Amino acid sequence: MTKFTGTDSYIATPDLMIAVNAALTLERPLLIKGEPGTGKTVLAQEVAKALNRPLISWHVKSTTKAQQGLYEYDAVARLRDSQLGDPRVHDIGNYIVKGKLWQAFDTDPCPILLIDEVDKADIEFPNDLLLELDRMEFHVYETRQVVKAAKRPLVIITSNNEKELPDAFLRRCFFHYIRFPDRDTMQRIAEVHYPGIKPALLHQALTVFFDVREVPGLKKKPSTSELLDWIKLLLAEDLSPDELRDKDAKNLIPKLHGALLKNEQDIHLFERLAFMNRRGS
Amino acid sequence: MFLTLFLDLRAAKVPVSLGEYLTLLEAVVRGAAGFSVEDFYYLARAILVKDERNLDKFDRVFATVFEGVVSQAGSIEEFLAQIPEDWLRALAEKLLTPAEMAEIQALGGFDKLMETLKERLAEQNEEHHGGNKWIGTGGTSPFGAYGYNPAGIRIGQKTNRHNRAVKVWDRREFKNLDDGVELGTRNFRMALRRLRKFARDGAATELDLDATIAGTARSGGMLDVHLRPERHNKIKVLLLLDVGGSMDSHIQTCEELFSAARSEFKHLEHYYFHNCPYGHLWRDNSRRWDDRIATWDVIHTYPPDWKLVIVGDASMSPWEITTPGAAVEEWNEEAGSVWINRLLTQWPAAAWLNPSPARQWSWTESIAMLHQAMGGRMHGLTLEGLDQAMRQLNRGAPGR
Ligand SMILES: Nc1ncnc2c1ncn2[C@@H]1O[C@H](COP(=O)(O)OP(=O)(O)O)[C@@H](O)[C@H]1O
Ligand SMILES: [Mg+2]
Repeated sequence: MTKFTGTDSYIATPDLMIAVNAALTLERPLLIKGEPGTGKTVLAQEVAKALNRPLISWHVKSTTKAQQGLYEYDAVARLRDSQLGDPRVHDIGNYIVKGKLWQAFDTDPCPILLIDEVDKADIEFPNDLLLELDRMEFHVYETRQVVKAAKRPLVIITSNNEKELPDAFLRRCFFHYIRFPDRDTMQRIAEVHYPGIKPALLHQALTVFFDVREVPGLKKKPSTSELLDWIKLLLAEDLSPDELRDKDAKNLIPKLHGALLKNEQDIHLFERLAFMNRRGS
Repeated sequence: MFLTLFLDLRAAKVPVSLGEYLTLLEAVVRGAAGFSVEDFYYLARAILVKDERNLDKFDRVFATVFEGVVSQAGSIEEFLAQIPEDWLRALAEKLLTPAEMAEIQALGGFDKLMETLKERLAEQNEEHHGGNKWIGTGGTSPFGAYGYNPAGIRIGQKTNRHNRAVKVWDRREFKNLDDGVELGTRNFRMALRRLRKFARDGAATELDLDATIAGTARSGGMLDVHLRPERHNKIKVLLLLDVGGSMDSHIQTCEELFSAARSEFKHLEHYYFHNCPYGHLWRDNSRRWDDRIATWDVIHTYPPDWKLVIVGDASMSPWEITTPGAAVEEWNEEAGSVWINRLLTQWPAAAWLNPSPARQWSWTESIAMLHQAMGGRMHGLTLEGLDQAMRQLNRGAPGR
C-alpha cells in the first residue's frame, strides 16, 4: 500500500505520517485536532492527492444531523410532485437524496472522507454515526435497501475542541494533535507555499511572526494561515527584510495590520507595548 | 513491556481500553510503524491517547517504561517478542472492568480472542515474511513496513532525520495542554466558551409554523415547509454558592462565569449558603441576616427540570453534615446530608463544583462525605472539572 509522506504542498511531521498511515493500514477513522490554521482541513485534501484518491468533504454545522450524512428523504418535494401530478411521485427512490457517507461508500476508487469540524454539531452527532462508521453500511428504511461500502474509505475527522467527543466514538478513532509548528517546520511550510522566496525575507518574516505570537494578551494569535497571507502581502508589496526590522512599533504596525493583526484591540495592545523597541535595545 | 505500558497508563489515569490495546498490537504486527522506538512511540500515542490533555501524561509514562529498553540498545522487535503468550489473560485478571469482560465474552470468550489474535499474527507473518514465526523468535522482524530485515535495527544506532539529541517523549511538548489548573482570569474566556456550548447543546430543528403558512399561501396553496433551528436557550440553572469561607474569591469567579453566560440560559437564579445548604438560603449577601428564604420555598419554586449547580469548598466539620444543630451560623433542625438529599430529589440533574485543590479532597473528611452524598458528582473548579460537570448535567444522570 502507498504510504503518506506529505506532498509537495504539505509538510507532514513524522508523527502525523505515522498516524495517517496507521489509520490507512488498520482502516480506522483518524481524528485530528489542533489550533485553528494548523492544517487540519487541508490534510484530507493532501492525503487524497498523495494517494491519488478522490476526496469527499462533509463540512459540519451546528444544525447538521448524522442522518444527513446517510441520506435524506425529501418528503416535501414528493408532496409537491403529487400535487402537480408528476409521475415521478410513484417511486419513493426519486426522493431519497444521498448524503456524504453514502457518496463515499459509492465512489470508486475508494475515497478519503473528510468530516470537518465535527464538534460544531450536537453532542450526539458522533454517537449517531458510530455504527455506520464501524460497519461502513446502513439501512435505507424507505426503500428497504442496504448500502455498504465496497472498500472502507479513509475517514479523517477534524475538531476544534469546542465540544467533548463521546468516549465510545474516541475509542474507535486514532488521534493526532497537530502541535503549533516550530520555527523549522514553519519555514518548510512557508517554502512549499512560496517556493523561491528569498531566505533573508523569510527569516525576518518568521522572526516577526513568532515575536507577535509571544505577545501576551493577544485576542487572536496569528496562525499558519495568517502567516501565509501576510507573506503574500509582503511579496506583493516587494518589502525588504530591513523594512520588517524597523525598530519602531508604530512603523511596523501598518505592515502587520490586516494579515497578522486582525482586530482593533490587538493593534492597540501593540501600540502600547511597542515591543519591537524593547527587543531592539 | 507492553503490559507495563498499559498498566502504567491506566494508573496515570489515561483511559486506555483493552480494545485500543489490541489495536496497537495489531498495528505493530501489520507494520503500521517502522522499527524505531520513536516510531513505536508515535504509533502508540496515536492509538492510545484520544485527548491532547493526556498527551503529557502519556509522555511521562512512556519515558519511565522505555527508559531501560532504550539504554540497553535492544531492538524494538526484541522487546516486542518478550510479550508473554498469556499476557492477555494476566491483563484481564488484573484490571478489566466488568463491562470489558462482558465484551470479551461477546467476542466468543477469552480463548477465542487469543486464537484470533494468534491467527492474525500468523497470517501477517506469512504475508510479509514468508512464514517467520513472530512470537518468541526474537531477532527477525515481524514488521511489514519494510519487509524482511535480517539485521534488525538497533535502537542505539537510530538517528533520525533531524538528529535530535533528546528523545521525543522526554521533550514534554504537550505539558501546557493538561488542563487541571484552577479557574481564574487567565482561562476565564475559555471556560465561558465551554459554558456557552453547554447552554446551546441539544439544538434541533423545529417546524416554523408561521413561515410555513406564509410560504404556502405565497406559492398559491403549494405546500412550502419551513424549518428553523430550535431556540437554543432552554437550560435553566439554579446556582447555590458558598460564601464566607477561604475560597470566596474562587467562588466569586465562578459566579461571574455563570452570570457572564446568563444570556445563554433560559433562566439563571442564584442563592447563597454557608458551608452546606440547610434550612435557609439568601439572595443578597450583604443582607444575609435579615433577608433569608426558607430552602423549602426555593425547592417549591423551581421545578425538577432545573439544573442544580452547587459551588463550595465543602470543607467544614463533618458534624455539620451528619448531625442536626452543628452548623456554624444557624441552628439547623436537620443535618446537612438531609438537605442535600432533598435538593437532589427535587433536581436530579445536579453537580457540585469545588475550588479546593483536588489533592486535599481525600484527606478532608467533609469533602469525601459530600462527594458521596452527591453520588460522586463533585468536580474541581477547573476547566476540566467544569467540562465534566456540564457533560454530566447534560446527561442528567449521575456521572461515571
Ligand atoms: N503542514 C502544512 N503544510 C503546508 N501548508 C499548511 C500546513 N499547515 C497549514 N498549512 C496552510 O495553512 C492554511 C490553513 O490550513 P487549514 O487546513 O485551513 O487549517 P485548520 O483546518 O487547521 O484551521 C492553509 O492554507 C494550509 O495550506
Ligand atoms: Mg479547518
